[in-house]
Amino acid sequence: MPVTREDVLHIAELARLGVDAPRADELTKELSAILSHMEVLSQVDTATVPTTAGVAAGGTPLRPDVGVPALMSGTLASFAPKMRDGFFIVPRLATHEDSSESGA
Amino acid sequence: MSVDNYTQLGAAQIAPGVRAGKTSPAEMIRASFKRAADIGGGPDELNIILHADENASLEEAEQMQARIQSGTDIGVLAGVPVAIKDNIASLGLPTTCGSKILRGYVSPFEATAVARLRANGALIVAKTNMDEFAMGSSTENSAYGPTRNPLDVRCVPGGSSGGSAAAVAAGITPIALGSETGGSVRQPAAFCGVVGVKPSYGRVSRYGLVAFASSLDQIGVLGRTVDDAALGLESIAGFDKLDSTSSDADVPIYRLAALGKPAPEARNPDTEAIRIGRSPVPLPPPPGPTTLEGVVIGKPKEYFPDSLDPDIRRMCDRALDRFRSMGATVREISLPRSPLAIPVYYILAPAEASSNLARFDGVRYGLRVDPGKGLKAMYEATRSEGFGPEVTRRILLGTYVLSAGYYDAYYKKAQAVRTLIADDFRAVFTSGVHAIFTPTTPTTAFPIGAISDPYEMYLNDIFTVTANLAGVPAISVPIGRVRRLPVGGQIITAHFDEYAMFRVAYALEAGLGAEAHQ
Repeated sequence: MPVTREDVLHIAELARLGVDAPRADELTKELSAILSHMEVLSQVDTATVPTTAGVAAGGTPLRPDVGVPALMSGTLASFAPKMRDGFFIVPRLATHEDSSESGA
Repeated sequence: MSVDNYTQLGAAQIAPGVRAGKTSPAEMIRASFKRAADIGGGPDELNIILHADENASLEEAEQMQARIQSGTDIGVLAGVPVAIKDNIASLGLPTTCGSKILRGYVSPFEATAVARLRANGALIVAKTNMDEFAMGSSTENSAYGPTRNPLDVRCVPGGSSGGSAAAVAAGITPIALGSETGGSVRQPAAFCGVVGVKPSYGRVSRYGLVAFASSLDQIGVLGRTVDDAALGLESIAGFDKLDSTSSDADVPIYRLAALGKPAPEARNPDTEAIRIGRSPVPLPPPPGPTTLEGVVIGKPKEYFPDSLDPDIRRMCDRALDRFRSMGATVREISLPRSPLAIPVYYILAPAEASSNLARFDGVRYGLRVDPGKGLKAMYEATRSEGFGPEVTRRILLGTYVLSAGYYDAYYKKAQAVRTLIADDFRAVFTSGVHAIFTPTTPTTAFPIGAISDPYEMYLNDIFTVTANLAGVPAISVPIGRVRRLPVGGQIITAHFDEYAMFRVAYALEAGLGAEAHQ
């Protein structure tokens, strides 16, 4: 199985997704099954093949290097979960509990 | 033109009628909402529409009527009701991407494609259901429940633009916008018996399309006819300084392709009038033995495997016979790397998605779940609560293939094979082939709940995903029915050759006539 339970928990942390134990087991199986279908690519010789990151035919047109104003019909506060004095308010970066978990 | 047969009216019939005062924008709005109510487009039945506001739409229609009466040129889509997939930002109605994480979110800006529709006189009447963040092929992954296929309510409408395809198939609007990353306009168009077009990458601005996989995403158009799809695409295509990947290549008048001539020969003295909608392009001439004279249609063997459903093969063979009877040459071709497209796509698209969807973190907009344990816990709680199972699966898959130790083996490898897939298309189109014809999907619409294995669901995209990887335009056109369910035929052309694509599509539609829906 190409993906282990530890892999799932690791990438879930990287992606900031909480995954409980039963779901981690399911995802281990699901991701392994999906990735097993990708193995076919390893048989393709791509040693001299350039990679493709985009398919904009003829390249992308250049435009003057000036900022474009963001025209918004409403204020940030109309959709932000929490704002004060024009700033987005978020929880503290770390609590004592976080600190003890990371050993900091 | 009578509003009594609203569900049969194309945009190209509605707009001249509205402009001439034979009907009013408000009548069109009322007809659209009545049709949605009659057929059960709301959440308790077909679940096609996620957001709509009849009073606001009527108010907009009244304002348009006043402008018409004052002699203002309203545009080529005057008074045409249009539905928009819920991942395309629109003012006035929410944009939720079929996700809990954006429940109730109303964008403070509008997508360029939507703004251009409005500038051409369209009336935006509804936001349509979709697979969450466009991740799916059945519209079963919506946080707001599955959409049902209007042609058989036991079946899915396809996805991820299932709500838009169903809205058009049900007669709620003649045109709808969808979006494509791997076939999400063409596949539901095929399942619902309508026309669905994905333009070349760069042809339509992505500004305001909520990003899934930015190197693949394109806004597309669904219509009941090729003519409506052409009119819709013509209205939204073209350069936009707000999208750095949009092309500044000229946009032809696609509807002239109905004349069955190559672009330089498709002259019409009333060209300017056509652009502003005063003089509809004539309907395609009855297909004759020279309609497609000189056109070479490629039939790629990889898209007609021995395992293909024999009934779908039969429908495709009938379409190919029509091409031949109209003077086209059908040539056997090969796109040898196409069988690798699904593995390539399901590495690249989740990788890009894992990055794009990082923005949904509960800080600036959308859902926030704060368990009171600091910022990181807020991120995790918000995203775990807000994203559904398929989105979670794809974010994790994308994170995995981009992570240290796997990047070269998966992501970089897939990017290289993508080059080979695009090379296959280039080779075919430079060998004298003007258009490629394939089935759009390997099956007809399947029952809701029938597919539970994720990879089996991914295989729905097997014939469509290559056009996204190569960036070329493609259209799905109805070519018949199997066991009373629609079958779509796909026409693919070279980069920015939408004109040739529409020419072949118009001819096929006219050549099949009523058989396209039998």
